[in-house]
Amino acid sequence: MAKNDLLGASLWDAYSNKVTTLMNNPHHQGEIFEADAEARGNKLIVADFGAESCGDAVRLYWEIDPKTDIIVNSKFKSFGCGTAIASSDVMTELCIGKTVDQAVKITNIDVEFALRDSPEIPAVPPQKMHCSVMAYDVIKKAAGLYKGVDASTFETEIIVCECARVSLGTLREVIRLNDLKTIEQITDYTKAGGFCKSCIKPGGHEAREYYLVDILADTRREMDEEKMKAAADAGATGDFENMTLVQQIKAVDAVVDENVRQFLVMDGGNMEVIDIKKGDEYIDIYIRYLGACNGCASSSTGTLYAIEATLKEKLSKRIRVLPI
Amino acid sequence: MKVYLDNNATTMVDPQVVEVMMPYFSEVYGNPNSLHKFGTAAHPALSTAINQIYTALNAHDNDDIVFTSCATESNNWVLKSVFTDLIVNGEKNHIVTTEVEHPSILSTCRFLEEEGVKVTYLPVNENGIVEAHTVKSFITEKTALVSIMWANNETGMIFPIKEIGEICKAKGVLFHSDGVQAVGKIPVDLQDVHVDFLSMSAHKFHGPKGVGALYIKNSQKLTPLLHGGSQMGGRRSGTLNVPFIVGMGKAIELATTNIEEKMADIRAKRDRLEDALLELSETLVVGSKDGRTPNTILISIRGVEGEGMLWDLNNGQIGASTGSACASEDLEANTVMLAIGADNELAHTGIRLSLSRFTTDAEIDYTITHFKDAVARLRAISSSFALQKPTKGGEVLECELHH
Repeated sequence: MAKNDLLGASLWDAYSNKVTTLMNNPHHQGEIFEADAEARGNKLIVADFGAESCGDAVRLYWEIDPKTDIIVNSKFKSFGCGTAIASSDVMTELCIGKTVDQAVKITNIDVEFALRDSPEIPAVPPQKMHCSVMAYDVIKKAAGLYKGVDASTFETEIIVCECARVSLGTLREVIRLNDLKTIEQITDYTKAGGFCKSCIKPGGHEAREYYLVDILADTRREMDEEKMKAAADAGATGDFENMTLVQQIKAVDAVVDENVRQFLVMDGGNMEVIDIKKGDEYIDIYIRYLGACNGCASSSTGTLYAIEATLKEKLSKRIRVLPI
Repeated sequence: MKVYLDNNATTMVDPQVVEVMMPYFSEVYGNPNSLHKFGTAAHPALSTAINQIYTALNAHDNDDIVFTSCATESNNWVLKSVFTDLIVNGEKNHIVTTEVEHPSILSTCRFLEEEGVKVTYLPVNENGIVEAHTVKSFITEKTALVSIMWANNETGMIFPIKEIGEICKAKGVLFHSDGVQAVGKIPVDLQDVHVDFLSMSAHKFHGPKGVGALYIKNSQKLTPLLHGGSQMGGRRSGTLNVPFIVGMGKAIELATTNIEEKMADIRAKRDRLEDALLELSETLVVGSKDGRTPNTILISIRGVEGEGMLWDLNNGQIGASTGSACASEDLEANTVMLAIGADNELAHTGIRLSLSRFTTDAEIDYTITHFKDAVARLRAISSSFALQKPTKGGEVLECELHH
């Protein structure tokens, strides 16, 4: 919440001119009938997605030349809001002239992009992004019907956020690499959860298989376990000197977490590891004091000695701790 | 032509109301609690406003009608102060309300649940109301408060407040009614009907936004929500909003003088609009004409999604509203519509049209034409009316997208 959020946005004013124009006059609205398609020597595929009882529904028609697999004509019918109708219209437009294999690669991102007036301004406000997702889903379903396979076979990865098309793999990786701790951070880094918000936690616009809150919690737990394991391994093997830098930092952090940090925090302070440099004689661990430790008299004497002694005992005799 | 049919959301301020408010901005601007003439100069107008409101609601001189900033404040005040008085500092722990109350009741109840209060949310029956005997069966000796709206904002359905009031009185349980959609639309007689507390808001009856009131029967105990300089006899602190209170008084007087006549006039237009729209196939209006506030229609149109319909009406300069929009964070079917027996499909297509005494016959004619055109256009696009059946395996058997 801040100044710009005090007034709710005017939803319809955020639509692009293309969305508005196509809502008022969709080009490809209509039906293709089986008899007509057959008379032209083509195959008709008709797929539904959603239902009136869900609040939105779309029916997609593909007339396919069976010799080339090319979609020679496409129409749609929609029970939905302006964005749903405009998205469906652009979706059919994008399908026409493509082979089924090419069409199945169209995503909701392509549909939304095609609705933009200029490349850098989104066509619809965030909470309307999910309307374009139906276009993506119904294409998969139509392709599955034509090829006689399940629509899910076109999914090569698990998509957690459909609006921004962010996969489970990407989310786990980004959380790890950037040490993300909150949902807001995940949205900032990946856009996941920034649109219809269904994927953030249960109880949103639609039910999901995976939720960001669970993915974050699971990944954080894995990271913590790995950290502990690294420390345990280091302690067990005593092989601190042969670890990679990342492993060394994790091992130092783990020892500090277990033996030192609680005492610093009790006095209103803390510390962090800045770098580790391996020399001929010493392994220098550079640390920085935080909070009350910063400037505390014992931070360069008693406390420092305690930290260094613990690390020497747990990890390596050659360790020297240097506060900066 | 521009047609405003969203009067259950808010109303135009009657120009006569604006006129009586005007002197109290820059001419008579003193604080009415001051001793000097700048302040006391506002007293006659405030007295007039108070008299107008007591008269309009037939309140007794022993009752309090305390001005607030809005009905949301009035509703919060009752719930939170009954919580303080009878639950925190008493033996009670239970509140009875309905599933279809305004968010200012429902959100406050959920907040109180987190504080440990037990809340019963009664469902509405197939007529869209909660019956008195249902309320009776849920009152226990631990019940501190029953809070039930006088009329529903979406359907206009009028609840049996007189019967519920008698039950609460007999059981010795406090009774609050959110009267926002009733005051100024239908007769509200507080000496005929027993309510302990009644919330109201000026902007629903052609008064200004930012002023409301809470009626407190027999000046009974209710700990203040706002503490401060002890204005309004200590019941609600904060400098009196003189021009808005003056405006509220005038607005309620204008709305309730000859109210039967005004109701008949609005209802004639409402019924004409409703009958014309029901000529469309596969439509449904919630509730009987007699059981509703005379200005409200909630109509479902098969195959026409609510927000899409609002869009087309807006293109025709008609302002209406919908209970279920594609954009809302939870896209659940309208609970009132499900309760009255609409199927899931119709429950996603509700359009609310709410008239006022300023709605004209010409506007009704215009709306009928434009509404029918919009339905024809959207049904022509709608998958619900498509003829070619899906390829085998391409059907959707039930709602698989949303919960």
